[in-house]
Order: sequence, then structure tokens, then C-alpha cells
Amino acid sequence: MNADFAPEELAFREEVREFLQNEFPAELREKVDAGIRLSKDEIVRWQKILHEKGWAAPNWPVEYGGTGWTATQKHIFAMEMGLIGAPEPVPFGIKMVAPVLMAYGSEEQKQRFLPDILQSNVWWCQGYSEPNSGSDLASLKTSAVRDGDDYIVNGSKTWNTYGQYADWIFCLVRTDTTVKKQEGISFLLIDMKSPGVSHQPIYLMDGHAEVNEIFFDDVRVPAANLIGEENKGWTYAKVLLTHERTNIALVPRSTRRLRALRRAAASLDDGFGGSLLDDPVFSHRLANLEIELKALEYTELRTLASLSVGKSPGPESSILKIVGTELAQRIDELFVELAAYHSLPYLPEQLEEGFQGAPLEPGIPSGQGLVYLNNRKLSIFGGSNEIQRNIISKAVLGL
Amino acid sequence: MDFSYSEEQQMLKESVGKFVQQQYDFDTRNRIAAGGTGYSEENWKLFAELGWLTVPFSEADGGFGDSAVDLMVMMEEFGKAMLVEPYLASVVLSGRLLAALGSERQKAELLPMLMAGNLQLACAWAESGSRYNLANVRLSARSEGGRIILDGTKVNVLNGPSAGKLLVTARESGGAAEREGISVFLVEREANGVHVRNYANLDGGRAAKITFSEVEIPESARLGAPGGAFEALEQVVDHATVAICAQAVGALDSLLQKTVEYSKTRKQFGAHIGSFQALQHRMADMFMECQLARSITVMAAMQLDSSDSAHSKAAAASAAKSRVGKAIRKVGQEAVQIHGGIGMTDELDLAHLFRQVTGLELLFGDADFHTSRFARLQAAV
Repeated sequence: MNADFAPEELAFREEVREFLQNEFPAELREKVDAGIRLSKDEIVRWQKILHEKGWAAPNWPVEYGGTGWTATQKHIFAMEMGLIGAPEPVPFGIKMVAPVLMAYGSEEQKQRFLPDILQSNVWWCQGYSEPNSGSDLASLKTSAVRDGDDYIVNGSKTWNTYGQYADWIFCLVRTDTTVKKQEGISFLLIDMKSPGVSHQPIYLMDGHAEVNEIFFDDVRVPAANLIGEENKGWTYAKVLLTHERTNIALVPRSTRRLRALRRAAASLDDGFGGSLLDDPVFSHRLANLEIELKALEYTELRTLASLSVGKSPGPESSILKIVGTELAQRIDELFVELAAYHSLPYLPEQLEEGFQGAPLEPGIPSGQGLVYLNNRKLSIFGGSNEIQRNIISKAVLGL
Repeated sequence: MDFSYSEEQQMLKESVGKFVQQQYDFDTRNRIAAGGTGYSEENWKLFAELGWLTVPFSEADGGFGDSAVDLMVMMEEFGKAMLVEPYLASVVLSGRLLAALGSERQKAELLPMLMAGNLQLACAWAESGSRYNLANVRLSARSEGGRIILDGTKVNVLNGPSAGKLLVTARESGGAAEREGISVFLVEREANGVHVRNYANLDGGRAAKITFSEVEIPESARLGAPGGAFEALEQVVDHATVAICAQAVGALDSLLQKTVEYSKTRKQFGAHIGSFQALQHRMADMFMECQLARSITVMAAMQLDSSDSAHSKAAAASAAKSRVGKAIRKVGQEAVQIHGGIGMTDELDLAHLFRQVTGLELLFGDADFHTSRFARLQAAV
């Protein structure tokens, strides 16, 4: 039993570090450090840099242009990316629809879609949740009715992250209303430029619209865009959900945030002549979060190690989602408290892409109040943490 | 990176597991705990034969290799079975302190006896006002004509009632909580002026309050340099801290398992109580606590076995004890609550597991103490 990286893994980490130092654009790094959102162009630019290096798709097999990395290499890569603040590839293409295409798509579908995903030529979004289907996803109602060589799609999808940028959407649609709800669902790819598709931004409480509602009004979709068999979509969707469990624990992000928090606490006044780190209550709370991160990180490493000896990720990984997101939220809370009055200004534009003005309070982490608001989503999306607890109690504890 | 057990560790786990299953059921354990010495001499001899008493000692000292991960493997099994034999007190704590501080002559005299199962030791480090501060030592040691005179009182001396010899921390110089000036002395439990008051602890083990009234010992009873014992004491206690984290991890897994099983058989309102979501989510939380406690214990044990600095090892031990302490509180209390009234009874093993982990929660410092210590160590990086 040891937690050391092998020499070749250490060499790989060096290579990743050097690449990120040299190739992650400085202007993007500045924005990330200041908490300003990256534009679509900036995100795509970074993904194309990764693609040139051959690192755009860490989770793909080599035959499709992936890296063929081991679980440990993927972990190292995610950690180094997170520590420097480089955004991960937008997940909807690389991490979500692509593995489904590889597993269940036809040869023609793979040829048609995978290269553009790898090269970041096409932006994908996810069409799962509906206004009345949240945690009970299988109750979804958006319908697809066969009409000759097409399906006619009607209904709406919601919480589509970056739907405003998307060229394509992968959707779960209802193709049979007469059977058990899970058995009448199909997995359909829809071109966002199809007549009858429209979207409306949803402004969240942080003043930003990263999510949308998407409407389908008699949208004609070629049946060639159906993945696998009709009415088998729920099986494919579940595979997608359990397939890519790496980095749901947000360990790299939380590591970076906690380091920043400790640095900021050491430099900020506590208002009584010392630094915030001298405040025993603050320092105690910070230490508790750092300890929790260690426990989480080693839980993730243990999961990873069991993966690399061939066991499947399994429902135990729900623990990574719950603990990871709740820790990230606690870090956000402590950041808000750290910035005190400076967390109060409601200036969403300061975090928007393209913001050029000076921050209100240079040297103090700004916008923490908005980050706090935004990240309440973490315990809700991707299967709410209550759903994850259901999974643990049923699949792990057998209740 | 490798989280699997080595062949030797697997054998150790199976060896302890087999003993526990075949010879240490709950009734046997209770009988042993209620007996005169609170442990079984016969078992102790068996532990010696099986080589278990050599595990936390280096090969140079005639031991198995002193790996924290090896020790973790054993302690976890001990925790599941609520072993009452004084393995921690006599071997892990006192034996390792002797190995760390003793001269070659002192070690040659005592360690083989200890590893052969012919000597019981106890470490007297805590005092009434010291709480968890290892440096807070008031028991005094003064030199008089080539002899040492000890005067003061120790509390929570684990295995005190059965130990032939005591390792006693005493202050030779410096103020009450200074790190410098602390020595460790070997004292015969039967020596004149040593008054032992025996009692049982929450976890079923035996302990003592020991008063030293003008106890006279030779200079040769000192382990290591005068006043220079603190660093070794702290490192040995950090090591023992991670060992009891492993013991707790074993016990917590048992608490969870017993609770889940019970919830699948106990019926109320016409349904198994395990079918109620209010309880399912609480058991899911218990599962997570068990996993996090295990992860951080593994982390700390591996760090103790690494070539990292003493500072990093101390931080790792405190991180582990803090997190495991929280897991103990949560899992222990929930296990009793979900069992309901039956979980309160002395008859059920559950209550004894709860008592064991509650003892472990406080031993060597509770979660708050170790969070604060971790914070101080982090700030000093």
C-alpha cells in the first residue's frame, strides 16, 4: 500500500505542468483568477489547444483520437488543470454524448459526430430535464412521433447549460406512452438549427443566464439521428450517468479554492489588528475543510485504484458526488464570510465575459457572494444529493 | 499508487480475522472483560506465538518491521471484535516509546520480554489538568544524591492495573507546559510510594489513576537524555493515534453493518424500518462517514510509513483523528438511534461498540483538539 506515483507518472505530471504553464493563455488565466467567465470563443480556443496536443479527450479510447490514459494519468491531468484553473472541456460532447455514441451509435453516426466533438467544431448541450421532470427524470413527456423517415418532436427541455451556444442537443424523448415509463424513452440527436427549435434564457439568482429552456414545436428530426434502438434510451442514459464519474468530486477545484482561501485569510485584516487567520474560529473552520478535502481526495484515489484493477466504478461513487459538492459549497460559504462586506455588492456584470472595468475592491476576492449563490446548484444537478443517497441506500446497503 | 494489501498484510488480516471469528465472540469477550485482570493471559500468549506483539517494532529491534499500515490492518480487526487485551497500551504505546527512547541495554533487557508476551507495560502520560497537551507535565522528577524522586499523579493509565512496569512522563526542568525538560522513567508498579487505583474504562479496557508519592528510582531508570523526551513522546502518540483511528474504522463498519441488518428485520407499521427513506438517508450518511474515516486513516498510515517530515506526519495524524472523531460521533449515535430502545441495552453488542468508539473518540484528543492542532501545523508550514 502506497500513495506514491510511479516514476513514469511523475514524468507525465511534469509534462502536463510544463504544457499548462506554456500553453494555457495568460489572458484566460487572469480572467479565471479574477472569477470572470470565459466566452464561448475563449473556451473553444482552449479546447483546440488541447486538441492539438492530443489531450482533448482524456476519457476516449485511442482508436477515436483519445489519450488512452490510465486512471492515474487522468487523475493527474484533471488535478493539474484544476490547480492552474484551466477549464475542463465542456462535458456535454466529450464526456457525455460521445461515450454513448461509441457504445451504441452506428458506424455512420460515429463518423459523422465524433471528429467534430474531438476538434470542438460543434457545441453540444444536454436535453434531459423538463419543467415537470427533475429528479424523477423517467417521467419526461417531450414526445417524438414517427412520421415516415422522421420523428416529430414536441415539448420542452430545461436547465440546458450553455444551450445558447449549442449547435446540437442530445435528448431523451418519449416514443411510447403505453408502457412502463422507463421503457418508452428514446435517445435522439437534434440539430438546434432545425425549424421549430427555440430557446429562452433562464436568469438564475446570481444574475447570470448560463441555463436555458428549450422548446420543440413540431420539430422534424431524421430517424437516422436515433441512437441505438427505439425505447432503449433509458438504458443508454443510465450508462452515460455511471460511465464518466471522474472528477465529480471537484477535488482539483476545491484544492485550488482552499489554497486561495488560506492565502487570502493570511493577508486580510480581521478588523482587530490581526489577520483573519489569527481568528481561532475562522482558522478552525478552514482547517476542518482542509481535513475534509484530504478524506475526500483519498476516497477518490481509492475509487480510482479499484477502477485500475478492473472493478467497475459502481454506486459507491455517489459518495464522491455528495461529499465533493457539499465540500465545494462549504468552501464557497467560507469565502463569502472571508470577504465580509465585499461579498455584498450585486454586480453580475463584473463576472461576465468581456468585463473590462476595475474591480470594486482590488486585492479582495470579489464576487464571492455570486459564486455562493451560483453553486447552490451543485447539490441539485447531476442527480440531486438526495437521489445519490437513494442510490447508496439501495445499491450499496441493499435497503 | 497502490491501495491493496501486500501478501504479508493479507496474511496478518486473515490471521487476526480467524482468531476473532473462532475464539473471540461477543460472550467470550464479555467474560474476559469482566474477569480479574480484564484480559486473557492465554490470548496474550497466543498473540506472542502468532508474532502479533512484534508488529510495531523495527527489524533492528527484533520486530516485524514497524509499518503503520501493518498495524492499521490489525487494529481494524481488533476494533470490529472489541478486543480488550491491552495491545495498544502495552505494545503500541509503551513498547514503541521504550523503543524510541531506550538505550540499547534497556531495549535488550525489556523488548524481547515484551514481544514474547512475558511483560506488560503501561504508559503514564496524562494528568488531571493536562487535558490533551502532551507537554503539560507537572509530575516532578528531582535528583537527590544520584537518585531520582518522583512526585505527582497520573490519570488514565491504560493497562495500569496489569503492567509490571510503568513508563512515566515527568518534569525535570522548565515550566508546566514546556516541551523541554520532560523525561520518561521506568518505574516498577510495585515500587514503594506507587499507589494504583484501578477502574474500567468505557471501552471495556482497564485503566488506573496512579499517585507517585516521593518514589525513589535510580538514574538508570531514565529513558533517553534528561529532559529530552518530548519529541519521541509526541511521535509515538501520533503513531498510536493513527492506530486507534484504524481500530475505530473497524468498529464503525460493524456499527453500520449491524444497523443496516437490523433495519432489514425490524418491522413497524407493517414494513421493515429500512424501507423508510428517513432512515435510509441516515444510513447512507453513516456509510459515507465510514468511507471518509477509512480514507483518511489510510492516508495517515501511509504518511507515517513515508519519508516525510515529522511535521507532515503530525499534521496527517491530527487530520485523521479529527475526521475519524466526527465519524465516530455521527455513526455511533445514529446506530443507537436507528436501533431504538434495543440499542440502549447492555445485552446487545451494539451498545458495547458504541462505548468502545466513544472511548476512542476522546483518547489522545477529540476532533476539536486535533482540528486546532492541524490548523497550527498548517499555519507553521
